[in-house]
This record gives sequence, C-alpha cells and structure tokens, in this order.
Amino acid sequence: MSFARQVLVVALKDLRAELRTKEAINASFAFALVVLLLFSFAFDPEAETTREISGGLLWIVFAFAGTLVLNRSFARELPNDCLDALVAAPISGAALFLGKAFANFVLVMAMELVSLPVFCIFNNVGTPVSKQLGPILLVMMLGTWGLTVIGTIFSALTVNIRLREVMLPMLTYPILVPALMGAMLITKGLVLGHPLSGDLVTWLKMLMGFDLIYTAVSLVLVETVLVG
Amino acid sequence: MREKILYVLGALAVVILVWNINTIVPLPAERNQGVVFKIIFFHVPLAISAMLASGVALIASVMFLITKNFEYDALAVSVTEVGLALLAGNLVTGSIWGRQAWGIWWAWDARLTSALVCWLLYAGYLMLRNAIEEPTQRATFAAVFSIFAFIDVPIVIFSIKWWRTQHPQPVFWGGGSFPADWLPHFLWNMLAIALVAALMVDVRLRQEESQRELDSLRRMAHAI
Repeated sequence: MSFARQVLVVALKDLRAELRTKEAINASFAFALVVLLLFSFAFDPEAETTREISGGLLWIVFAFAGTLVLNRSFARELPNDCLDALVAAPISGAALFLGKAFANFVLVMAMELVSLPVFCIFNNVGTPVSKQLGPILLVMMLGTWGLTVIGTIFSALTVNIRLREVMLPMLTYPILVPALMGAMLITKGLVLGHPLSGDLVTWLKMLMGFDLIYTAVSLVLVETVLVG
Repeated sequence: MREKILYVLGALAVVILVWNINTIVPLPAERNQGVVFKIIFFHVPLAISAMLASGVALIASVMFLITKNFEYDALAVSVTEVGLALLAGNLVTGSIWGRQAWGIWWAWDARLTSALVCWLLYAGYLMLRNAIEEPTQRATFAAVFSIFAFIDVPIVIFSIKWWRTQHPQPVFWGGGSFPADWLPHFLWNMLAIALVAALMVDVRLRQEESQRELDSLRRMAHAI
C-alpha cells in the first residue's frame, strides 16, 4: 500500500467510526452552541462593538469545541486495545498520524461550518461575513489545520495519562497561541470589512508557517510518541 | 568532590551577589525612571538565564530521545524547573518596575505577553510530567513536549511582537542605551545569577538521581 493510501484508509476508518457513533461531533457542536449562548450574557450581542471582537470570539468557540473532537481521536482507540493494533499495523507512525489528523480536520471543520452561521445570526454579523466568505473560509482552514495537527499529536501524547481531558487543552492552548492569535486577528479584520492584504497577509503567512513547521515536527516525532 | 565544588560555587555566588548589591546601591538614579531603573541589573540576567535554561532543556531532551540515558532526562527536568523559577522572577521584577514606570502592574505588551506564554508552556511541561507514572514514558513524552515548546518560543515572540509593543526598547540588542561604566555591574550580576541558577540545577539534579536510585532499590526489594 502506498503512503497516501495508508493515510486515506486510516482517515476513512476514523470518519466511519465517528459517523456511526457521532459522539465527538455531537458533543462538540452542542458545546459550541452553549458557549455561543454564554457569550450573549457576557456582552451586548447587538452592539456595533461586537463586530470588533467577533473574530476572537469565533476562534474561542472553535478552539474549545474542537478540543472535544481531538480528545476523542486517540481515546477512541483505547477500548479493545485498538491503539496497540494500530501501532502494530504495517504502516508508519507518520501515516497513522496524518490519517487521524485529516479525519480530525474534517470533523472540526464540519463543526465550524455549522457553528459559523449560528454565530453570524446570534451576533448579527451575517452580512459582513458573507461578503468575505472566501477569505474567512481560507483562514478557517489554515487555523483549523494548526489546531488539528497540534491537537492530534498531543492527543496521542495524553491518551494514556491521568487527567487526559484536562491535560490536552492545558498543553495545546499555549502552543497554539501564535496560530489562534493570527486567525483571530485576520478574522477580525475581515469581519470589519478590510480586504485580505497588507498586515492581514503577513498574519496569513505566519499562520501557514506555523502549520508547516508543526506538521513537519509532528511527522518526525510521532513515531517516538507512539512506539517510544 | 562534586559536593565541594558545589559549596565553593555557592559561596562564590553569595560573595558576588553581596558585592554587586554594594556597588549597585551607590550608582546614581536614572534621569527619567529614578532608582527603580536599577532593577534591570536583576531583571535582564533573570531573563537571559531563563532563555539559556530553555536551550539546555531542548538539548537535554533531544539527547534523551537519542540515547535514552536518564541522566539527560534528569537534566531536562531540573533545568526546566529552575528556568521556570527564573522566568517567574523576571515577570515579578518586571511587574514591580511596570508599577513604578507605567503605573500599572501588568500591560498586555509584547514582551510581557510572550514571557507569560513561555511560562505557561514550560509549566505545561511540568504538569505533563506529573501526570505520567511510568518513567520511560514520562521521560519520552516530556522530551517531545519540550521540543514542541522550544520551537514555539521564537514563533510566540515574533508574532506577539507584531501584535503590539509597549515595552521600553531593550537596552541590549535593540536600540536602548546603557551607560558604558554600568556594564561591568551588569555583567557581574549576570554571572552571579547564572551561578545561582547552575547551583539550583545541580541540587535538583542530585534529587532526581537519588529519586531514581530509591526507585530502583524499591523495585529490587519488591523482586526479592
């Protein structure tokens, strides 16, 4: 089996398992809704100032709800010793990691694509968001890939330890600070109606750099994490 | 032998620190900031030592992953803990200075924010260690995390720098000015703080070694 095929098989397996149980995606979307609801108490959702903070709010929702999906990524393999079987399978750790990362990316993106319209309606930012939908989707994909790569490798790192659910966000958010900050600033600029140029492009490049660096580092280190 | 070196180094650090404080106190106050400016003699060496510590932690972590020698793991955890304490000292002295110079304890300025993020990163390292029981797994995972954290440090610093900056231009490597005759005071204090740091790392290293020895004895007792 070629490397690409191995990645695809792992990704499809994860997606199939998730589609049958829907445990992570449902929990994640429900959580996103709850956070969106709580935001409406924290500030006036109808005020003009909401637009200025909407980029940040959106990514807080994505990061929090996304963690729920990522937490399950390796924890799902624990019953019946599936993780041992996966590690023993004749595929490289990198293929396993990439497959899981792609599956997580699809799931987190799905949660985000459902949350985005709800967010727009709740906070009355539908018009500005729909005007800049293309660039916003691009930022969402880049930011989510960063979130997924870090989340997947750390999900493997924390799968066997105590307090798994607490440790994952504790470890990932500080590492994700540059990516989340970039994504927040670009999204904010786009919602405020700025075109994707100048400073925003610099941030976009930073986001791409973050994604590339951590994808590479994760691919190198994943074998160590899984096998030891 | 190692203990004697330790005592000598400790005594040396104390002597240098006392002597430094005696020479720094009579220095004139800075024109705009007043006497609080002198905190720089401690603030900057703490930051530099903390940075060095994170570098050593990276090297020790990589070496552990290559050799699987637990000495390197012990070094990595010791140096990270001490580095975290140094960075905490750096944040606290900076905060005291900020209260005097800016009138506020904390500002979301680039350097403050990135120092805090780095502190949280390495605090995560220690939390991760605490959560894992099995020594080999703990050392391996901690080493992997340390590499991730170290790579993040420059990205955090540069991205937050783009975000905003309010910190006074750094005196060293950044356009600030520092009287030339104050430099020796600064360098002596740098040496003293680096010595204290090295000393703490060594004490911590011995604890780790004793701990490992105890663990192996306990295992042996169980086996018998």
